[in-house]
Amino acid sequence: MAYSFPEEVLEHVFSFLSSDRDRNAVSLVCKSWYDIERWCRRRIFVGNCYAVSPEIVIRRFPELRAVEMKGKPHFADFNLVPEGWGAYAYPWIAAMEEAYPFLEEIKLKRMVVTDESLELISKSYKSFKVLVLTSCEGFTTDGLASIAANCRHLRELDLRESEVEDLSGHWLSHFPDSCTSLVSLNMSCLGSEVSFCALERLVARSPNLRTLRLNRAVPLERLANLIRRAPQLVELGTGAYSAEIRSDTFSNLADAFSACKQLKALSGFWDVVPSYLPAMYSVCSGITSLNLSYAAIPSSDLVKLISQCQNLQRLWVLDYIEDSGLDALAASCKDLQELRVFPSDPFGAEPNVSLTEQGLVSVSEGCPKLESVLYFCRQMSNAALIAIAKNRPNFIRFRLCIIDPQAPDYLTLEPLDAGFGAIVEKCKELRRLSMTGLLTDRVFKYIGSHAKKLEMLSIAFAGDSDLGLHHVLSGCDSLRKLEIRDCPFGDKALLANAAKLETMRSLWMSSCSVSFGACKLLAQKMPRLNVEVIDERGPPDSRPEGCSVERAYVYRTVASRQRLDMPDFVWTHDEDSSLRYS
Amino acid sequence: METSVATELRLGLPGRDESEAKITSVSNKRSSSEMDDSCDPQQESVAPAQKAQVVGWPPVRSYRKNILQKKAESSSDGSAMFVKVSMDGAPYLRKIDLKFYMNYLDLLKALQNMFKCTIGVYSEREGYDGSEFAPTYEDKDGDWMLVGDVPWEMFVTSCKRMRIMKGSEARGLGCL
Repeated sequence: MAYSFPEEVLEHVFSFLSSDRDRNAVSLVCKSWYDIERWCRRRIFVGNCYAVSPEIVIRRFPELRAVEMKGKPHFADFNLVPEGWGAYAYPWIAAMEEAYPFLEEIKLKRMVVTDESLELISKSYKSFKVLVLTSCEGFTTDGLASIAANCRHLRELDLRESEVEDLSGHWLSHFPDSCTSLVSLNMSCLGSEVSFCALERLVARSPNLRTLRLNRAVPLERLANLIRRAPQLVELGTGAYSAEIRSDTFSNLADAFSACKQLKALSGFWDVVPSYLPAMYSVCSGITSLNLSYAAIPSSDLVKLISQCQNLQRLWVLDYIEDSGLDALAASCKDLQELRVFPSDPFGAEPNVSLTEQGLVSVSEGCPKLESVLYFCRQMSNAALIAIAKNRPNFIRFRLCIIDPQAPDYLTLEPLDAGFGAIVEKCKELRRLSMTGLLTDRVFKYIGSHAKKLEMLSIAFAGDSDLGLHHVLSGCDSLRKLEIRDCPFGDKALLANAAKLETMRSLWMSSCSVSFGACKLLAQKMPRLNVEVIDERGPPDSRPEGCSVERAYVYRTVASRQRLDMPDFVWTHDEDSSLRYS
Repeated sequence: METSVATELRLGLPGRDESEAKITSVSNKRSSSEMDDSCDPQQESVAPAQKAQVVGWPPVRSYRKNILQKKAESSSDGSAMFVKVSMDGAPYLRKIDLKFYMNYLDLLKALQNMFKCTIGVYSEREGYDGSEFAPTYEDKDGDWMLVGDVPWEMFVTSCKRMRIMKGSEARGLGCL
């Protein structure tokens, strides 16, 4: 039967589908829908750059305008992935240069990006608009200079938390006078001072600027002038927030802030002098997001600031806030959705602040919309976790880090199984969980039985045996990412759940009990899984097969399992000789 | 339970015993599996003598660590900044290295510990009003100033010595 719907009509219908999942579903309906869809897809998201190759992507989607990609696994953030492992952006950038002359957006996370790549981006795409590099590394301010100089229609340059080799602040002066299109500039991770004149002129000629995140080197005395030139700002990251206490500096700053009627998000605040915080009070009632995680501010000053921000939805703060500050937060900020409390002294043996599990309990009681938490503390109890779970069954993300990795319930000295069990049982929409503390296989049984919507799980120093891992792999239906370190999990659970691994994006296991023999077997059984053995002690076959590997990174892929950029400490299955790892 | 631990004689750093015991127990479990002990360096990596040796723990990103480790850096550049600290009523003076502290919060906590007093919270208007003691310092010009008025870095470079003033004298200084 002839298909009567013209292509253009279907294309038009598909253009309303923005979610990748919907588009993927549409492309499975029939061959002609697959074809129409692939020609009109404009944005893709690749969660693991090694799950697919540039050639495959380009072949399937010939008309992309926006590419978003992630590289290294999450534990790379904590130095668990050795330098040189991979996640290079260059091969992708080079391949896309020819294929996508109209590319507008590139967003990369945890990838190695070189100056060469940045220069290539800046010269290849006539309508390039958006560059977001989150937690990337490998480039210098010279690469930024290329982007500034050559991307005529640049809208966003966001260097979130990337590690940039800072040669000088001169890169900013490369933005030509004709560049007036900036909407978002985030340079907060850079160290060097940029030319303040160049910065002021850039801000002044960017009428659409909504987000400006300065770096620490921009002094407080310069902030007022910058803000004055951009009263339309929605997100502001200050530089260093300290200066000699002078009433003219203060009133200048306060005036400038009061002109910013649209300000919703504040961040920065290095080296805070608390006396200058009241300069911001005029904007506080509109603030929905506050990042004070670099600010050493005593609890009392924090409370004064936070109690002005009644519409606060997101707060990132250091543990200087203490339990008392969190009580105040719970009382003032009823719209709070996300809270992150970072440790001010993570390596100290003794607590330096009075922040305990009680603070989290208060917030869970007082803030009905709280759904996402990252909390560092030094003690926890099952009772507290059970109370938190009862108070807040709407948690979507729950990440708890107790500084001492195997700390038991400090009241009863029991494992924290019951507490985390309550969390997964009550919070039926939980998508992400990180656990610490003394935990046995029992907690994994609870997770396997209850955490049906869990997509990402992080485990450290927990469990007793393979049974723990087995519970998770066999029970968590929605699991996509599993990262494990220093747990006694090994071969049995892994091999018994081999098929499960293909339904996930990736599994990371370091300092566990996975043997090289099991890795080989897994790779043989599952041709679409890449089983990377990452071991800096030399070839795995120079040790007995039962020996544990340092790290195993297992991910599904449709690309070759022998990636060309593998360093000498990574081993994968050799396709040519199925019994030999090369 | 707490008192018996405190009176126990032991060699080694305080506060670490419990966690050490736990970490060793994890590696014991591992050695009970079929694996060959001798080739398993995991035991070394999992049973550190000190917490600081565990790679990537606690899971704090390095750029956050750097901000907070300013303390360690400033003392490693060699120069210290020792100033005398006197407290009204105390029989002898103490000396502290200002470069050891990162901010006023750290300094005041240390002083409170050292002299077993409560200094309280600084406010621009009231000084340390409400508390029994006020920390003051002599600056380069020879004037006695209230601690907390100027940015930290400025204070560190201009402070010649400190005096923790008591009672009514302190309040007098606060309302100048």
